[in-house]
Amino acid sequence: MKNVLDIKAAALGLVMFVLLWQVLAWLVHRPILPPPTAVIPVFLQLAAGELGLHFLASAARVLAAIFLAIAVALPIGLGLGLAPGLDRAVAPLIAIVYPIPKIVLLPVIYVLMGITDVSKVFLIALIIFFQILVVIRDEAAKLHPELILSVRSLGAGRRALLRYVYLPASLPAVLTALRISVGTAIAVLFIAEQSLTTRGLGYYIVVETYQVLRYPEMYAGILAMSLLGLALYMVIQRIEMRVYRYQEGGNEGARSK
Amino acid sequence: MIEIRNLTFDYGSQTPIFENFSLDIGRGEAWAVIGPSGCGKTTLLYLLAGLRQPGGGQIVIDGRPLVRPRPGTGLVLQDHGLLPWANVRQNAGLGLTIRAFYGSDGRHAPADERLDGVEADRRVNHWLDELGLAALQQYFPATLSRGQRQRTALARTLAMQPDLLLLDEPFSALDAPTREELERIILRLQEDHPITIITVTHDIDAAVVMGRKILILEDGSNRHPQVIANETACGVDASRDGAFREKCAELRQLLGKLV
Repeated sequence: MKNVLDIKAAALGLVMFVLLWQVLAWLVHRPILPPPTAVIPVFLQLAAGELGLHFLASAARVLAAIFLAIAVALPIGLGLGLAPGLDRAVAPLIAIVYPIPKIVLLPVIYVLMGITDVSKVFLIALIIFFQILVVIRDEAAKLHPELILSVRSLGAGRRALLRYVYLPASLPAVLTALRISVGTAIAVLFIAEQSLTTRGLGYYIVVETYQVLRYPEMYAGILAMSLLGLALYMVIQRIEMRVYRYQEGGNEGARSK
Repeated sequence: MIEIRNLTFDYGSQTPIFENFSLDIGRGEAWAVIGPSGCGKTTLLYLLAGLRQPGGGQIVIDGRPLVRPRPGTGLVLQDHGLLPWANVRQNAGLGLTIRAFYGSDGRHAPADERLDGVEADRRVNHWLDELGLAALQQYFPATLSRGQRQRTALARTLAMQPDLLLLDEPFSALDAPTREELERIILRLQEDHPITIITVTHDIDAAVVMGRKILILEDGSNRHPQVIANETACGVDASRDGAFREKCAELRQLLGKLV
């Protein structure tokens, strides 16, 4: 896996980012782009208070959506992978629905599900759901028939196959799909949180700060949202690296024996 | 031990691979199955393993008609059989891990049928030692040679203590020393255990080494088993004498007629 974001690289990137920001702030020199020296103290001061609470609200929504999406996509994806006939029947439907930008359904979901956290979580889960569904289905269908047959010959029934073959086989692809879709999920969260709630970073950035011209506070919110995305990305990547260990051929010299 | 009764099997269209085919295989025998590719060798193995159901007739093992994979049957396929994400030890113990939770009918095993972890570990260790894999326990399949992978698959199967061992092209793509070593390991199994071994191969030498009886399958529909006895020339160490060469020549001639 290339482009692994470790702690050291992340710290270096952060320093470069802050420097670039500082330079841009000098050049633009307008209130809409305050320098990091003005924002970071505000961020640190707010982090322990209201900003922290908004961060937690947003994080809780994304995490709930991730778990909901996995819990629903896993059985359906595995089921489709195991039943090629059914898969062929519903494949055109999935192909059509998959690329629809789910955010456009926001008003519909609000009307149908009500203006609650449930509808916001549902919308984000919908995005992640399709990403994961497709990869689980494809991974399950891609498995070598000989592998399935030899595990079946060891006495594995359907349940044992799911547990020892299909599930671990699709896990790496699920994590990759998740890592990639987390960015979209947070973007949609930002939009969904701008209205009909009083908690969350989207609300904080747009309603509490931007609309009342509190620019340094707004940037503190942007920083928090970026950190949320970064943290999720890095956590998923860490799990991915553990799971992918077997592909990296970490045991040198095995061939020589 | 195995009675194949009027077996008929086809993959949908075309000519059936087996048509009214009957064969008896006794306990503790060593058989080789040879024939051109596409003749149904591997299909026969899948049928014997209970992974495919006959279109007609039946296969009876130990007096019971085969309807699903039987716990006492071990199958080793030529490749792709190991879990790529599990190391050698986990792969070798896979059958026992499955058996710890699920019965032979695929449902959750009743507590008294479960194998305890200590016994499972003991068995896995035994076969890892026996097959020279003890030092490779933590390695993943992608980092192993083909011979090592083949031995891991064998260890996994043998840990289940099978009385019937089905081998699909076990020596294909192995270099000569690795191949002879594996042949020796497999043939030695029969000295210690009353195990029936059926080896499918397209290789004449391998058939003569592995089979006291050699079943020849032909392209198209197999109606009557064509079996030649090979009591004298089988075994790894017989490989170089005249009887071995004669048997190979005989087999080559028979196969030549089929193509």
